[in-house]
Amino acid sequence: MKNANPLWKFFCSVKLTIVLLLSLAITSIIGTVIPQNESPDAYLHAYGAFRYQLLSTLGIFDMYHSWWFQGLLLLLTINIVVCSIDRLSGSWKLIFTRSPKVRPERFTKRSDARTLTDKRGAEELVSVYEPIVARRYGYCKVTRSNDGAVIYGEKGRLSRLGVYIVHLSVILLLIGGLAGSFFGFEGYVNIAEGEATDTIRIRDTGQIHRLDFQIRCDDFSLTLYETGAPKEYRSALTILEGGQAVKQKDIIVNDPLRYRGINIFQSSYGKLQPEKMPGPETPVAGPAEAYTLNFTSRASGMSYTVSAKVGVPVDIPEGLGKFVVMAYEAETTFRGMDVGAALKGILTPKEGEPVEVLLPLKFANFDKMRGGDVMIAIANQPQEKFTPQQSSEDRYYTGLQVTNDPGVWLVYTGFILMIAGCFVAFYLSHQQVCIVIEQLRKNSRVTFAGTTNRNKLAMKNTVEKIFTALTES
Amino acid sequence: MSSSPLLSISTFVFALAAFFYMAALIFKKPRLTLPARWTVVAAVVATTAGLLLRWVESYQMGIGHAPLSNLYESLVFFAWTAGVIYLYVEFKYKNALIGAFVTPIAFLAMAYASMSPNISDRIQPLVPALKSNWLIAHVATCFFGYAAFAIAFGLSIMYLIKARKPDRIEGIIGHLPKLDVLDELTHRMVLFGFLFLTGGIITGAVWANSAWGSYWSWDPKETWSLITWFVYATLLHARLMRGWEGKQIAYLSILGFSAVLFTYFGVNLLPGLHSYGKV
Repeated sequence: MKNANPLWKFFCSVKLTIVLLLSLAITSIIGTVIPQNESPDAYLHAYGAFRYQLLSTLGIFDMYHSWWFQGLLLLLTINIVVCSIDRLSGSWKLIFTRSPKVRPERFTKRSDARTLTDKRGAEELVSVYEPIVARRYGYCKVTRSNDGAVIYGEKGRLSRLGVYIVHLSVILLLIGGLAGSFFGFEGYVNIAEGEATDTIRIRDTGQIHRLDFQIRCDDFSLTLYETGAPKEYRSALTILEGGQAVKQKDIIVNDPLRYRGINIFQSSYGKLQPEKMPGPETPVAGPAEAYTLNFTSRASGMSYTVSAKVGVPVDIPEGLGKFVVMAYEAETTFRGMDVGAALKGILTPKEGEPVEVLLPLKFANFDKMRGGDVMIAIANQPQEKFTPQQSSEDRYYTGLQVTNDPGVWLVYTGFILMIAGCFVAFYLSHQQVCIVIEQLRKNSRVTFAGTTNRNKLAMKNTVEKIFTALTES
Repeated sequence: MSSSPLLSISTFVFALAAFFYMAALIFKKPRLTLPARWTVVAAVVATTAGLLLRWVESYQMGIGHAPLSNLYESLVFFAWTAGVIYLYVEFKYKNALIGAFVTPIAFLAMAYASMSPNISDRIQPLVPALKSNWLIAHVATCFFGYAAFAIAFGLSIMYLIKARKPDRIEGIIGHLPKLDVLDELTHRMVLFGFLFLTGGIITGAVWANSAWGSYWSWDPKETWSLITWFVYATLLHARLMRGWEGKQIAYLSILGFSAVLFTYFGVNLLPGLHSYGKV
């Protein structure tokens, strides 16, 4: 810590790192318990006005983008940068030196240093020991002096950079995330089959965003497994530029279309709203107490006119059963088609179960479709012929997620560096060994020790192995 | 034989292994750890065969996919990874009694998978979102991480038991590995788990970006995996930079594993994108 600046000191502390990491862990829980980014109505309903105000002011409803959460991330970033600079500047020379300085006393004074004596002279021992060290350590240097020699070996010096690579990767992730949120967008659009559009809606703000090209949905298909679970959502899309098709692709959930930096994903689908029945509007009588109904027997072809009060069952001629008008409804639909005002009634045939019958006021022949023994119609109404539109295939729209994220390559680079950095930092170590040979009068004294910055247990075994090799050589 | 009875058998083999280890510990019979080890090997082999068979069966049903697609399959895979990593640890560190705290976890996962009435062991077809090559990479990395954290958790419990009377040489406590060994092993397991958890989060993010167009969306499962990551990152910094060790690390490792459990099970109680992890 060369710099005495108190702010620098503050950000240099690993205590701060621990406090920030734990704060991030604890506060992150909030957003998993309270649903994020829902409508104010939903929150008001769930929390009441006062608590809604309070939580809303604290940004709890979009907490991962709130000033205080982003503030914690910013503090962590500064913390990482300052710590890394501070530590790296201290060990820079150690890591990037071409010829490391050897201080034999660093090794000989270690409590786990091993010694042996050998009858051979120093020079002879160097020639025996050097290959043993050189075989295991990429860097091996022999320094000779009047009273002996020092053999120094080391490897994995660059592994000290692992932790800085991890820290750099975190910074890249944060920058990439920021770049994405400032310069990218995340939108969605629903396109009906056969239609094209160039406008999408931004997810968070609801703003309209115009693309440089049009997306056309040629077809949407949904396939199901036999169990009824969805198997595949597939949209056939065409990209149009100036009316010209420039790209065509079927997209499914895990296989998006990418065009000019914009990604189009299959995200949802739906059925189109039933369309209104075409045809002229005919005035329709409102609700009444009683209606005049025509009953036509299929067996005889005879038609009978009967007046029926709402709620009172009437007998159908020819002994075909009973019918009761239940209610008048101003808006009714039939198989997704709007058929306007209608009576609803219940027909109880002489044999069989009662059935519900729908009698649209403007279509005299409507009940014929039912194919029953008796056809019921409302008399004295201006009438049209009902031609059922066979909606053989439902029309779908496809829901697309449309995104552009210029920060993604930064994030992916961060991912790769993070994995690589973690591996280096966890599993590689900077190992150093040193053999000091002292030439005595009749023999030589050999002191051997090793050190590592990580995984001391494994190093102990290595030192043991090398020492055995030295004694046996 | 089909995969289902095979996996039921391996549940009982895991139970037997746990029994041997517990007996070795409680009755102070270190000799029992030898059959215990071979029982774990048998359980891992049976589970491997069961999972592979299940993979084959899914192809025979015409809905072929790796057996990593729902809660049942993930629990079985978890037990498998825990068994494999444990065998490696026992082989490398020659300390068998750790098994008394690891094999019960593997057994519980298997038993929960096969016996809970809420978990279906039927082979189900993949929903569109899961049809991706990232499925195997994502689930495998996550579960290697989870299993390593589970073993670290077992070691931390052992540490706390041992730390109450570290000098006792008789009794159950006396049979446990030494404190510094437990501490070092916990650390090694956390390092391994952290590397794989990081890998799991990253493969998940890349997958999410290719399926939904966004690599991070603060979905509860994502957020909880990040919370777990924060806890273990705290542990690593506290140990490497502040010199924490022993009990402090053991408590953090237990806290971390509770975050893992919540990421795995608890999140299903919350709304979100990872709903296929539900029963």
